[in-house]
Amino acid sequence: MANQTIQDRVLKVIATSKRIPIESVGPDSSFESLNIDSLDRLNILFDLESEFEIEIDDEQAKQVQNIHEMIEGVTHLVEAKSSSSSAE
Amino acid sequence: MPRVVITGTGIISALGGNTASFWRSLLAGTSGIREILGIDASQIRFKNGAEIRDYVPEEHFEAKDIALMERFSQLAVLAAREAVTDSGIEWTPDLRETTAVITGSCLGGRAAEESGYWELFHNGRTRVQPLTIPLSMSNAGTSHICMQFGIEGPAYTISTACASATHAIGQAFWMVRSGAAPMAIAGGSEAPFFLGGLKAWEAMRVISKDTCRPFSAERSGMVLGEGAAMLVLETLDAALARGARPIAEIVGFGMSADASHITQPLATGPMRAMRLAIRDAGLAPEQIGYINAHGTATEANDRIETAAIRCTFNDQADRLAVSSTKSMHGHALGAAGALEAVASVLTLKHGMIPPTANFLTADAACDLDVVPNHARAASVEACLSNSFAFGGLNAVLAFKAIP
Repeated sequence: MANQTIQDRVLKVIATSKRIPIESVGPDSSFESLNIDSLDRLNILFDLESEFEIEIDDEQAKQVQNIHEMIEGVTHLVEAKSSSSSAE
Repeated sequence: MPRVVITGTGIISALGGNTASFWRSLLAGTSGIREILGIDASQIRFKNGAEIRDYVPEEHFEAKDIALMERFSQLAVLAAREAVTDSGIEWTPDLRETTAVITGSCLGGRAAEESGYWELFHNGRTRVQPLTIPLSMSNAGTSHICMQFGIEGPAYTISTACASATHAIGQAFWMVRSGAAPMAIAGGSEAPFFLGGLKAWEAMRVISKDTCRPFSAERSGMVLGEGAAMLVLETLDAALARGARPIAEIVGFGMSADASHITQPLATGPMRAMRLAIRDAGLAPEQIGYINAHGTATEANDRIETAAIRCTFNDQADRLAVSSTKSMHGHALGAAGALEAVASVLTLKHGMIPPTANFLTADAACDLDVVPNHARAASVEACLSNSFAFGGLNAVLAFKAIP
């Protein structure tokens, strides 16, 4: 499933960026439980943009409260990208 | 201890090339934040900055000197020239030998590094332009001021990010007060508009795509500015003896470190810096009528700074006027504290408080009197100028009006 793949890739980006075991990161983990602070979030956003070749808006990024919402947001941007490129 | 006064100021910023135009813009609430034109901003996610427009180096420097001076050094010298002229200093050999020059800069001449390294990384060059080091070193501003006026006393540069100039002015104040130097030129300069630097700020996600709206519910981050400001400091006795007219007295300096997080601020560090500045000044909190806030317009800074001011002033906090002039001159990083020190001393001199421009609606987390959008006539006895740097390094100056 494409959706599953995006989720796996987001979780992997978070684990790699934060240098924590992939097993410790789940879609229902909170940023707090993983000790992800504002600076960690900047790194994760940067790595997500590279991984998916997307651009994450500052204001939208600020609205993201947990990893589940992060996966949703990335999925949305990836779908928007593929639909705009297929329309070309 | 001798009393120390400011006898001259010089400024070049997005609000014009001298102190008079700077002050006129602040009182009018006119913002210098506009679309970035100095570099191609098409690949940057934000579009606005507070740039110095229509700057022509050849109007101020000889070609041979321009080659040796990165933009931030040129700005430092231009501000120092105005400050020295304004103060009416008559140089003697002894004064030249003992005067101090202390400047602040966050980035120094890093734009020169960028262009030097660009050739190396992208154009297949095997060598870097030989002036890359003397152009880019952060102390170049201080060195060029010394060379410009033949000043041979203690001279150095402080780099504490957004608090650089405030630390520099505070150090200069303490040197003059202690007798280590009879006079000092102190301030800061910054020229942050180069591609790599702007991309790095973009990645920090603290730059507004809108404008700078400190303390406003709609605030969405800081807006970078460039410029330089310098102040001449000397003892009150020396100033009066030579017939100079002091602008205001510099009375206190406080500093602290958050020791917490490299970017997230805490209220306790800024609070301690304000308390120490007030104590150093020998002032009672109720004598402070105005604070020129750090006021970057990031969500965190303005909320934390409000809390720090409330903790410092308790029941006096609602009596204070607090404004952020960054709404007009932008955040000039290592020069910011110097631009704001000049705004502070002019507030005392003229009895006019500059506003927080671009203000829309109040935020409950920033519930101070932030002097929204319109300057206010008010006789202020003493004021603070706050600077809180990334890295949790805080510096606060206290100034007092000369009756």
